[in-house]
Amino acid sequence: MSVAQETPIKAAEPRHVRPPQRNGRWSGYRHLLMARMLELKREPEVVFWVFVFPLLLALGLGIAFRNKPADIVSVALVAGSGSQDVQTLLARSPQHDLFKIQTLNADEALKGFRLGKFDIVIQPNGNGGLEYQYDPARPESVLAKAEVNDALQTAAGRKDLVDTKAVTSSEPGSRYIDFLIPGLLGMNLMNSGMWGIGFALVDMRQRKLLKRFVGTPMRRGDFLLAMMSSRLVLMVIEVGLLLLFGVFFFHIRVLGSVFSIALLGALGALTFGGVGLLTASRAQKIESVSGLINLVMMPMWIFSGVFFSYERFPSVIHPLIKALPLTALNDALRACILEGTPLLHQWSRLLVLAVWGGVSFVMAMKWFRWA
Amino acid sequence: MPPVIQCRDLRKTYDGKVEAVRGLNLEIQTGECFGLLGPNGAGKTTTIEILEGLLAPTSGEVSILGHAWSENAREMREWLGISLQETRLSEKLTVRETIELFASFYREPRSSEEVLEQLELTEKADSWVGKLSGGQRQRLAVATALVCNPKILFLDEPTTGLDPQSRRQLWDIIRAFQRDGGTVLLTTHYMDEAERLCDRLAIVDHGQIIAEGTPADLIERLGGHHVVEFSVSGNSDGAALQAWRGLPSVESVREDDGMVALNVKQPHLTIPALLDAIDKQGSRLQHLTTRQASLEDVFVRLTGRHLREQ
Ligand SMILES: Nc1ncnc2c1ncn2[C@@H]1O[C@H](COP(=O)(O)OP(=O)(O)O)[C@@H](O)[C@H]1O
Ligand SMILES: [Mg+2]
Repeated sequence: MSVAQETPIKAAEPRHVRPPQRNGRWSGYRHLLMARMLELKREPEVVFWVFVFPLLLALGLGIAFRNKPADIVSVALVAGSGSQDVQTLLARSPQHDLFKIQTLNADEALKGFRLGKFDIVIQPNGNGGLEYQYDPARPESVLAKAEVNDALQTAAGRKDLVDTKAVTSSEPGSRYIDFLIPGLLGMNLMNSGMWGIGFALVDMRQRKLLKRFVGTPMRRGDFLLAMMSSRLVLMVIEVGLLLLFGVFFFHIRVLGSVFSIALLGALGALTFGGVGLLTASRAQKIESVSGLINLVMMPMWIFSGVFFSYERFPSVIHPLIKALPLTALNDALRACILEGTPLLHQWSRLLVLAVWGGVSFVMAMKWFRWA
Repeated sequence: MPPVIQCRDLRKTYDGKVEAVRGLNLEIQTGECFGLLGPNGAGKTTTIEILEGLLAPTSGEVSILGHAWSENAREMREWLGISLQETRLSEKLTVRETIELFASFYREPRSSEEVLEQLELTEKADSWVGKLSGGQRQRLAVATALVCNPKILFLDEPTTGLDPQSRRQLWDIIRAFQRDGGTVLLTTHYMDEAERLCDRLAIVDHGQIIAEGTPADLIERLGGHHVVEFSVSGNSDGAALQAWRGLPSVESVREDDGMVALNVKQPHLTIPALLDAIDKQGSRLQHLTTRQASLEDVFVRLTGRHLREQ
């Protein structure tokens, strides 16, 4: 061995010391989805609006409209001859603990009535008769008149000609909260689809991040797929959380299968993701897309039966209302969760959703502005 | 060898009105660092984004390593590292996550650790992008370009708004890339950056190249080697300005900020004659400096404006 061979020969440094890694077909998609989920997780506003806010809304409305014991009727009784008889009669009626009676002079009684303190004023007319003063525009006032009158007549000996029996209903399945929770699920899917896709895309466009991505070999389809996938992941959490909350806190009975609900959730998430994509396809500024998103969602907040049934609107516009994607989603969720209607029987609603989602997606692909 | 980047008669008109680029020709060779120098609105960004295949030209041809964007854009993107003039990367991702995200788009990227090291971002690897300084953000932007092991690096105003130390740091990174055999195209409106960093330059104004060459060549051809600046008491109207033109070795004369500036080949011939002439006029010399000519002088000479005025 010669000395020269033993001396280490300094080879020209290779350009990069570590061997390059090789990326597979789906590496871009995987990283895009992971980045999106991390970003969402680290955004406190997202956590609040998507997860906490719907729960608070459900809690607030559920408590406000809970089925409480029948309202107390507040009665003003004008002092005078005969007022004592009224008191005795009311005290004798079976509903006596429903009435809160205050005896005072006519002026004070009328003043209290005007201020909403009393639901009804009873004024004995001096010769055995009574005069009710009530406001037909105030539902509780109308109710008060009916109940007071009923109680007085029965106590005075009126016999009912038809034998009736009243049954009160506050069974799970027919309460306001049962109506509300599926509506909130639908609204939440719409909100987070529109903002989570539409707003996020325009934000990335405004930050020139879309343009920067397009400057790489990233597949554009993978990028959109990752955005949509992130919605699906989030959907599972959103829907699951609100539904579990309803079940444990308000004892909602879920009749549909978890699978059907998940399928509906996925369809809803994708549909509104598509609509969000379309809304975001051209806009350059987040201000303009915010306006656009609100404009698109507004009619659905009002008409699609989130907080109250759309049956209250004139029936001529029902076909239009039913053609809205949120109406289809809310109706389908209600039928599935509350009545256990199989998805096959709801194909028309699923079709409405699919058409909205599909057409939006195709149009968005045509118009989408990457750079 | 064919040029790495080539474009012929490039034109871009925005919305049928704004002529941002009007007939631009470029040929950039392997291993060169080529600079587009020009004021704001000159059309640098438009040009570089057309070359990057991000913007369609109104007319003209572009070829990158012999390929056109219409042929196989996806393959071409594997070769290019890009840093746009202003990209706001996601603030809530960490530096490492950002680099790995960009790496995931390429077939054979470099290891993220190595790129972090090279750009001196290892310490910040787990910080959110939103918490970085301006210089660190710009280095990250370059890191997302270098992670793909590109053949060509496109940098649009890479050092605008940075402090001197951060600028030098970026210059070193760019030089190292070039030393490894990479080709660089950058835009800048800093003449010192262009002078120090670029092998060749094109000075761009109103969408056209008004001069092209090595920095030294441009300064020699168009700037005069030296600039003599002075002011005198009394009149200095247009006629007087012409008088200075006749002095020995003077190539051009202009008035600049109340001073007369002479582009001069050999100051030792000009200055004695200048002092004589002032004496004969009966004026008094108030101020006199001489300095090496710079690209700024080239630009002023060609356009009558300063680079950073607009
Ligand atoms: N998207 C656009 N729409 C309309 N005009 C544009 C657009 N982008 C740039 N311009 C105009 O084109 C000209 C060149 O701009 P640019 O290429 O950004 O110059 P530079 O990068 O040299 O500052 C400017 O007058 C600018 O206002
Ligand atoms: Mg620019």
